[in-house]
Amino acid sequence: MKPAAFTYHRGRDVDGVTRLLRELGEDAKVLAGGQSLVPMMNFRLARPQHLVDIAGLRELVGIHNDPDGALRIGALTTHHAVETAPSTRVGRNHAVVREAMRWVGHLPIRTRGTVGGSLAHADATAEWCLLAILLDAQLTVRGPDGERAVPAADFFHGYFTTALDSDELLTEIVFPRPAPHSALTEFAERHGDFATVSAAVSLDLAEDGDTVRGARIVLGGVDALPVRCPEAEAVLSRDRPGTGGVLDECAEAAAEHIDPPSDDNGSAHYRRLLTRTLVRRACEEAMTR
Amino acid sequence: MTTEPKPSDGSLIGASVARQEDPRLVSGRGRFTDDLRLPGMLYAQFVRSRVAHGTVTSLDLAPVLEVPGVVAAYSADDLKLVDITARLDRPVSEFVPTGMPVLARDRVRYAGEPLAVVVARDPYAAEDGVEAAKVEYDLRQPVTSAAQALAPEATLVHDEAPANTLLDVSMFATEGIDEVFAEAGHVVTVNTSTGRQNALPLETRGAVAEWDDRDRQLSLTTSSQVPHQVRTVAAACLGMDESAVRVIVPDMGGGFGLKCVVGREEIVTAAAALRLRRPVKWTEDRKDALTASFLGREQHYDARAAFSAEGRLLALDADIVCDMGAYSCYPFTAGIEPMMASSEMPSVYRLPAYRVRARAVTTNKAPSAPYRGVSRPQYVQVVERLFERAARELGMDAVELRRRNLITEFPYTGVNNVTYDPGSYLESLNLCEQTMRDEGWYELRERAAAEGRHLGIGYSCFSERTGYGSKAFAQRKMEVVPGFDISEVRMDVSGALVVTTGTMSHGQSHETTFAQIAASELGLELSRVRVHQGDTNRVTYGWGTYASRSVSIGGSAVRRAARQLGEKLCAIAAARWDVPVAEVELGRAAVRHRADGAQLTFAELADVAYLKSHLLPPELEPGLSETASFDVSTDGTFSNATHGTVVELHPGTGQVEILRYVCVEDCGVAINPRVVDGQTRGGIAQGVAGALFERITYDDQGEPSATSFMDYKVPTALETPEVSVHHLETPCAFTETGAKGVGEGGTIGAPAAVLNAVNDALTPTGVELDSTPVTPETVARALEHAS
Repeated sequence: MKPAAFTYHRGRDVDGVTRLLRELGEDAKVLAGGQSLVPMMNFRLARPQHLVDIAGLRELVGIHNDPDGALRIGALTTHHAVETAPSTRVGRNHAVVREAMRWVGHLPIRTRGTVGGSLAHADATAEWCLLAILLDAQLTVRGPDGERAVPAADFFHGYFTTALDSDELLTEIVFPRPAPHSALTEFAERHGDFATVSAAVSLDLAEDGDTVRGARIVLGGVDALPVRCPEAEAVLSRDRPGTGGVLDECAEAAAEHIDPPSDDNGSAHYRRLLTRTLVRRACEEAMTR
Repeated sequence: MTTEPKPSDGSLIGASVARQEDPRLVSGRGRFTDDLRLPGMLYAQFVRSRVAHGTVTSLDLAPVLEVPGVVAAYSADDLKLVDITARLDRPVSEFVPTGMPVLARDRVRYAGEPLAVVVARDPYAAEDGVEAAKVEYDLRQPVTSAAQALAPEATLVHDEAPANTLLDVSMFATEGIDEVFAEAGHVVTVNTSTGRQNALPLETRGAVAEWDDRDRQLSLTTSSQVPHQVRTVAAACLGMDESAVRVIVPDMGGGFGLKCVVGREEIVTAAAALRLRRPVKWTEDRKDALTASFLGREQHYDARAAFSAEGRLLALDADIVCDMGAYSCYPFTAGIEPMMASSEMPSVYRLPAYRVRARAVTTNKAPSAPYRGVSRPQYVQVVERLFERAARELGMDAVELRRRNLITEFPYTGVNNVTYDPGSYLESLNLCEQTMRDEGWYELRERAAAEGRHLGIGYSCFSERTGYGSKAFAQRKMEVVPGFDISEVRMDVSGALVVTTGTMSHGQSHETTFAQIAASELGLELSRVRVHQGDTNRVTYGWGTYASRSVSIGGSAVRRAARQLGEKLCAIAAARWDVPVAEVELGRAAVRHRADGAQLTFAELADVAYLKSHLLPPELEPGLSETASFDVSTDGTFSNATHGTVVELHPGTGQVEILRYVCVEDCGVAINPRVVDGQTRGGIAQGVAGALFERITYDDQGEPSATSFMDYKVPTALETPEVSVHHLETPCAFTETGAKGVGEGGTIGAPAAVLNAVNDALTPTGVELDSTPVTPETVARALEHAS
């Protein structure tokens, strides 16, 4: 469990890093908090020739509120910084982002792991990946030729693969709209494990407070990507969730929508059962927000 | 006989003094094997088999030597080490000895088996070297389960072991047992399997070896529970005198049995250091610790019990198969689990008729070592399930059924020819149940049921044989017979004490508890007693720490030696005063004249013993050093406990939540009750781990599933219940302090209690679960079954 030899590069600024990445090509990996990459290197499952350490890029650290209500989080912000951000930074409209952090690994992981690192690593059960899809995030990506914004829906391509080119750096995640009625919940055998199944729900409530105008339901742990469940979302928009059986129907629709894997953490059957439970739980939590 | 523990009467025995070890350990000043850095030290890593079963057709280390930083690489052919072979004195029909080569030669028997060692200037280069090795195999069919091992025409793991069976014993077979079963009103059965686990010391294995020219000694620092046994095996494998080998064990981060056997890697590390005449360090990484060290616990039981209509246990019949993996461990052999299970399975109950067959089968998995509790967590699980099942069939309360059958008259000689010394079997059950009732859990369970929730209450009763002396081990027919232990107690010129022990604390607090024993005996302050262990140069001999033997045997040796030293101090004082010895007695760090109260402090007496020896009478030797040994000539002493737990099952996820855990334990005189609490809680954590979380599985090619803590689901503090520990005290009649062992009890009782509670909660579903671990998916499916 020692990595193979690599050349270490310390990044000084975003432009320098993207230029260096272009120069180094496919043999380079970006090192942020190192919470996924370093274990993979220690197992020699990842063997980058070059490691570009961006930990010193302070420009990528920070949590900002835009006047239009958008929440912007710098890619090198740690999970822990988000978890402990004051409500003046991460307000009621984005409380789900802060609250989801308690599901991310253990405290030591959260103090080192970064928002951008998690998104770029693109584990389909990672909380940030679910949040990005759930809240229609825009991912700001910079390369040697400039900056582009990638909608979350286009960012994740499959197991550990994203829209990032090898010379691009994820610099920021932007949550453009308020999402006060949102929740994320998970189940794993142990605290801090990657979820066997995770479910995130975001509701747009009408003035009356219990009619849903629009809903989003995203699941993790059931496929190579975070999965949206349009049929289940439609159930919520059709009937008042408070009325009998609607949440059951919604949870059932989500469970039917997915084609989960069977592995040591649980069979497909069990993942469907968890999906029903967690979708229901997330809906209830989102409604009461 | 049984009393609540009394507050200490000024003696340090029974006092929860702070641990002497803690200041250094909690401030990061502990010194572990991996902390050792020697000038010119090299780093070893192992080329390990990638396949579970095969013949090595070629092993090419030439490319390894090309890797920058690599200094040497050795295979079995280079080092020519003698195999490690553990034996039992039994006919080959019962036991087949199998050698464990220190490095595999032509045959590999599990994925991860060491084939060669690479020594390099740093650990990174060592791993580069490991990658460069070229190994080719002729694959053989891997045997990945006990069922496969025992199937007709199964591939043989060891050619000399037919039916892949290393041990096969049938015992006790009480006359007429078949008739008892035929005529009994009620016969219940349990077929169960328990998961393969890793004992998982946080500190992985490791070694630093160096040839010392001045002492003409190999110095081998290693994390081991059994320093002297490592010395014996290292000397034998390397062809050296034992006195030419010094084994040093510094601070240890746990062992739990995994380190009470002799591993191969530390011997190879020593051999490499001897070859190179440079210090060599090996530190096991977590992947190797999970896949290629020693495992345990994977057992299968086919058991039935007969009960009378009044709920009397009439007979027990069990067929036990233990999946011991690829090799016999030294010194215990692959017989350790099946022999423990078969000889102790009658547990705490009066049993008139017993029959058991117990087998150790060999498979292509990492070998087994005796993990904390050794088979007792498993057979207690089976016996306690049998009681629960019988209670259901008899329509009787399961606690009441236990009460009717618990041993209450002591000493009790069982059908298994074991004599049980006095304990508080019934009292501990009564107190545990009363605690649950007083806390209102029974009402809560009813209320929860009315709300459609699933709460369950479960108990387990057990005793644990501790202080296995040479007689008990000899009955197992081990060729190497552990049992006694030796302590030397030495007073220095200033009147302070050094105590040596052949036991080896790997978390048990011996520096505190053994000091308490010696300090109490001599009326010394605790801070003036130093306990030395873990160095074969400093300690005469010892059998190390396992089988909950240390306080009962090692602690007794300490007390005897301290008493002898006290007698010598009295003799010196009497001589100085020219009075008969009967007129003097030990006081606080001094000897007192009974009549006139005159005192000679230990420092004054030590001054005479060392610096003014001309004042000693001729019959007294200069110096203040006494050595004593202790062995157990009976069947040992039995600690006992009842565990009670309340769980809630969550239907949507299958999660088992432990709401309450109560342990009523009796380990005789608790030298330090807080240390007992710690042992109990830690043990219960490992028992819960086995009940609900941990399991190593293998694919059909024999590849282990768990290579990191992502896959091996050791519970964290957040999954571990808070435990209330109540103490009862039935002093042991024959240990020097009245103490019984307490190292393993927590682990033994927990799986059965948790499993029984889960089954209690599952009652409305009609589903019964007997195997462990009980995963959330298993529970979720059981609850689905109901709805």
